[in-house]
Amino acid sequence: MAPPKLRLATCSLAGCFGCHMSFLDMDEKLFELVERVEFDRSPFTDIKHCGPCDVGLVEGGVCNAENVHVLQEFRRNCRVLVAVGACAITGGIPALRNNVDLWDCFQEVYHYGVGVERGQIPNDPELPLPFDKVHPIYEVVRIDYFLPGCPPPAEAFFRLLSDLAAGRRPELPAGAIRYD
Amino acid sequence: MAQQDNSPPDCDLAAIVARHGGDSHNLVQILRCVQERCGTLPARAIDELARRLGLPRVRVEAAASFYHFFHAESHGAYEVLFCDNIIDEFHGRAELMQYFCERLWLEVGKVSEDGLVYVNTTSDIGLADQAPAALINGYLVPSLDKARIDLIAEMVRQRRPLAQWPSLLFDVADNVRQPGPLLADGYTPGEALHAALALGPEGVLEELARADLRGRGGAGFRTALKWSSCRRAPGGAHYVVCNADEGEPGTFKDRVLLQRHADLVFDGMTLCAHVIGARQGFLYLRGEYRHLLEHLEAVLARRRAQGLLGRGIMGRAGFDFDIAIHLGAGAYICGEESALIESLEGKPGKPRNRPPYPNTEGYRGQPTVVNNVETFACAARIALLGGEWFVGLGTGQSTGTKLLSVSGDCKRPGIYEYPFGVPVRQVLHDCGAADAQAVQVGGPSGTLVSWREFDRRIAFEDVPGAGAFMVFSRERDMFEVARNFSHFFARESCGFCTPCRVGTSLLRQTMDKLAAGKGSAYDMDIMKQLMHILKTMSHCGLGHTAANPIVEAMADFPEAFERRLKALDFEPAFDLDGALQTARLITGRDDAWAHIVAAAECDDRGACALPPSSDSP
Repeated sequence: MAPPKLRLATCSLAGCFGCHMSFLDMDEKLFELVERVEFDRSPFTDIKHCGPCDVGLVEGGVCNAENVHVLQEFRRNCRVLVAVGACAITGGIPALRNNVDLWDCFQEVYHYGVGVERGQIPNDPELPLPFDKVHPIYEVVRIDYFLPGCPPPAEAFFRLLSDLAAGRRPELPAGAIRYD
Repeated sequence: MAQQDNSPPDCDLAAIVARHGGDSHNLVQILRCVQERCGTLPARAIDELARRLGLPRVRVEAAASFYHFFHAESHGAYEVLFCDNIIDEFHGRAELMQYFCERLWLEVGKVSEDGLVYVNTTSDIGLADQAPAALINGYLVPSLDKARIDLIAEMVRQRRPLAQWPSLLFDVADNVRQPGPLLADGYTPGEALHAALALGPEGVLEELARADLRGRGGAGFRTALKWSSCRRAPGGAHYVVCNADEGEPGTFKDRVLLQRHADLVFDGMTLCAHVIGARQGFLYLRGEYRHLLEHLEAVLARRRAQGLLGRGIMGRAGFDFDIAIHLGAGAYICGEESALIESLEGKPGKPRNRPPYPNTEGYRGQPTVVNNVETFACAARIALLGGEWFVGLGTGQSTGTKLLSVSGDCKRPGIYEYPFGVPVRQVLHDCGAADAQAVQVGGPSGTLVSWREFDRRIAFEDVPGAGAFMVFSRERDMFEVARNFSHFFARESCGFCTPCRVGTSLLRQTMDKLAAGKGSAYDMDIMKQLMHILKTMSHCGLGHTAANPIVEAMADFPEAFERRLKALDFEPAFDLDGALQTARLITGRDDAWAHIVAAAECDDRGACALPPSSDSP
């Protein structure tokens, strides 16, 4: 009997889904991968909440309360949690707003932005409430591995998951560690 | 007078550039002069310098932005930088600085509203024996207390030029507590040089080898080897460089050597020139020692008049050598020899790849000897008294004597000269440190010696270093010592390589997280991992040693760390719910989704219960 498949969840917090696109870039190797991996919560499956998983891949940093809830759900359910890409690891592009005061952000977006008329700041509970600053995810929950890159190349995803599926400690070849 | 920036004509750039021979190798010196003259390095001055020196603008900008003491914005008529080395911190730096700010209505890091005065902190300034201390317009002001702060505030308020301030403010004491053969009085300028000329280059090398002299900057490379390989190295010119960029926190012996024994040091440099065949030497003087410049220039001028420098030294036809002083501009990393050479060449002080080492490819790519101030002084004594005499002092691997810069919790801080091999306990006894729990030997990049190890000896084979000896009594919090050093390295990392630039910042952040009471055992592990990365991946010694003080303090004083841990496993780096407060105020929200539950309700991996309306978004 084949070994049980690795159960995998993925999500994007304050990210651009570029890491997910890079994941799909593994092209024909996806066929090889689905032999070893099955998906739980992920944009690929549209499952809304995560069940117990072996591995969670988190793209993007933490910019609002909802991000924390999702991240904590992942931490609660995933045996191994991986920070994927520059934004998850450092805050990345979204963290550029860390130099702007949150009041100024709201004013610009809802009051004084080009084309805004009779603007008002929304208070709907359905809208995730933003933090003062954007944070890397390791500042909120314990992270087991970091997959660097913007985005990490498809090969890096493949190596990471194959190693974890085989019960090995993940090691990336030098060529798969890229920072841009 | 503060608002004269952005007006290059006032800065007299043409004259400054001409005075430095229009040579782009002198860029750092040119920038220093421009800033000293007009207070800032405005963008228009950078433009004009680039044009006059035939450099790309970014080259000028790179140097201008690299050094701590250069700035594009005006710092007003008075720039007051409080030294924030741990010794100063323990002697009340923060309180005094706040007092000063309150006296003059100042905000740290900002020029006062009237453009008059600027206050901030700076790394160690070489006055640990006279802490707390500050640097005012580039000049050292030791032994600060409230009375002195009052006086300084009064001078500032009256807008008196620095030259009219009471000179007692700037009186730096030498504090030589225990002189030895190196610091002995009664040296006649040129004495050692005379002896060296009699020995000849090979003879000097033999004596140095017999003495087994090792570099006093901390690394302990054998001087005879360095000089002889430089002598043999082919090149169009050879250079002698004296490293007086004494930036290691807690060290100040070179300041005293240059103040009291400049001739000994210059004799050492000159006889080195005789050995390696150099015609030009440099004294790289750290910017913090600006106050020594006039004194040293006067010594050099006298030596030229005495025939100890210049053409035909001591009547020897063909023995031509002179020394120029290069003033640094605030960069710890320039104490690393290849970074120092980069800086001498007018560039940002970023360490080069080694090999090639400076003794074959140094200043302008030519063979260069770079040695510590104390090493040159030792070499002069050896030329005069012989290697046999020297080898009779010290231990098997560490011959001669060592100058220790003693500071911190002791009755008699200052300079102590000991034969190598002196036990830490002995030094503590002599300086009057009855209640020590630890000594940081060799500065933050050196070794932490705890009370359990006070029988260890100061020597290359046991506890090496450039001679900083910072004493911490039992009242001191050793965690704060390590945290102070983590801030030091993060500030002083040159930024060239990622492991060091990022690693030192992460260490600082993690130490601050612990200090804020948000630490976990996980954070301690992270710091150990960072140490491994820094040690194996960094480009130079700064990164290699940056985590040492933390890891050593963790090992020797675990309780200082453990009592700060909030959780055994994991703790978020910031107050999750608190970080939503601004947005709650802006939006007027207070619903369940506008909050994040307290960490107490989370499991041990940081995962927490969802708020009641968990389905809503």
